[in-house]
Amino acid sequence: MSVVEGSEAVAMAIKACRPQVVSAYPISPQTHIVENLAKMVADGELDAQYVRVESEFSAASVVSGASATGSRAYTASSSQGLLLMTEVIYASAGMRLPFVITGVNRTISAPISIQVDHQDTMSLRDSGIIQLYVESVQEAYDTHIAAFKIAEDPKISLPVMVCMDGWILTHSYESVAYMGQEEIDRFLSPFEPEHFLDIKNPKSWGSYADDNVLMEFKYAVHQAMQDGKQRIREIFKELSLLTGRDYRGLVEAYRTEDADTIVIALGSVSGTVKESVDDLRSEGHQIGMVKIRCYRPFPFEDIWEAIKGARRIAVLDANISMGSEGAVGMDLKAKLYGLKNAPLLVDFIAGLGGREINKRALRNILQQLDTVGKKPPFLKEPNWVGLNPTLFP
Amino acid sequence: MKITKGAVVTGGTSLEYKTGDWRDQKPVLNQSWCKACGVCEEDCPDGAIHVEDGAFSIDYDFCKGCGICARECPTEAIQMIPEEK
Repeated sequence: MSVVEGSEAVAMAIKACRPQVVSAYPISPQTHIVENLAKMVADGELDAQYVRVESEFSAASVVSGASATGSRAYTASSSQGLLLMTEVIYASAGMRLPFVITGVNRTISAPISIQVDHQDTMSLRDSGIIQLYVESVQEAYDTHIAAFKIAEDPKISLPVMVCMDGWILTHSYESVAYMGQEEIDRFLSPFEPEHFLDIKNPKSWGSYADDNVLMEFKYAVHQAMQDGKQRIREIFKELSLLTGRDYRGLVEAYRTEDADTIVIALGSVSGTVKESVDDLRSEGHQIGMVKIRCYRPFPFEDIWEAIKGARRIAVLDANISMGSEGAVGMDLKAKLYGLKNAPLLVDFIAGLGGREINKRALRNILQQLDTVGKKPPFLKEPNWVGLNPTLFP
Repeated sequence: MKITKGAVVTGGTSLEYKTGDWRDQKPVLNQSWCKACGVCEEDCPDGAIHVEDGAFSIDYDFCKGCGICARECPTEAIQMIPEEK
């Protein structure tokens, strides 16, 4: 066990995965990860090309191109930086280029802020990138090692983004158990793609597709995600065996067996929710929590398994699709439509711009559920947690 | 035909996709003014100017009519004329 900053733990995980190319552009709160990696390369501890670039667009382009040459590649970004990478990420998913990005969560301007919410990574959910959300520094370390294996799986062959909450996870010190290099090498074999750029055997990626074939390409990406769920489950199971920590499944169900009310969350807030569940349980509430570990592909089967006995669901969405509602709430409502015994589902917009979601906020959410419970199950509007009405003109 | 993962194809498939009909202007090379300096060949973004035994020719299957060659030719040996369809 070492007590380390979250960013350093991620850099250690990446180093152990032996990337051949790392390219990044600094942006808070992601910077410490790539600073650590730059130091490892400079000190000769990591044998990789570290490519300094002038923008996140270029960083994403470099790792995309590196992946096309058959190199294992890594980058990280946050907030506006992830938005600047967006065009490349869509193209990379379409070209089926596996690389790993850490999406360090930070809100999107304007107003400008460096605090955490999930607006940045959620805005990439439609691109074809696999998205894994983590709760703790240890889970971030472990998940990055699984991320390369998932990305490079021949049936999946897609970029993978590990989403981790900025500051709360990247800058806090937690105790982390590192794995040995030999164990990781056994778990993660070298990257051997079906196609790679080679001057002796020229190929083009993402070549022009007319309307008679383009739809089939998009369907193939979608199916790689859908069929990939089972493979991701298997890789998480292997990760559990490797680490001795429980990563079975695309979601984590916490005290849901006899739960009447279930809170659904992603990321570091899950720890707070678990604490609250314990408190409320001791007061006699039948409450549980489901943490979504893999958000894209969307693991509805796994979520349903955990929530099907519940009467009420509260979704914590640290994002908002402006003019509609939170992304996770929308996903779940869509899948629940027409199901027998669908629970009441309320979407809560919470924690935007780093607003704290603490135990008190969770008690308020429960109280709101009690009042909502008398209305039809599908509300048209999400509930904004902790809005201050005195601030409005 | 089967689609490949990631739309990967062998190199050089652009030869099968003729872009000459995109033109609305056409470069015409006046051979008697041409000094065979090679500027047009170097500057053509589509590789549509060929040189064989010092003689230059424009490949109208692929020339998109951008006009860069005419602009850059130091002897004004290339003139752009409206394309007739």
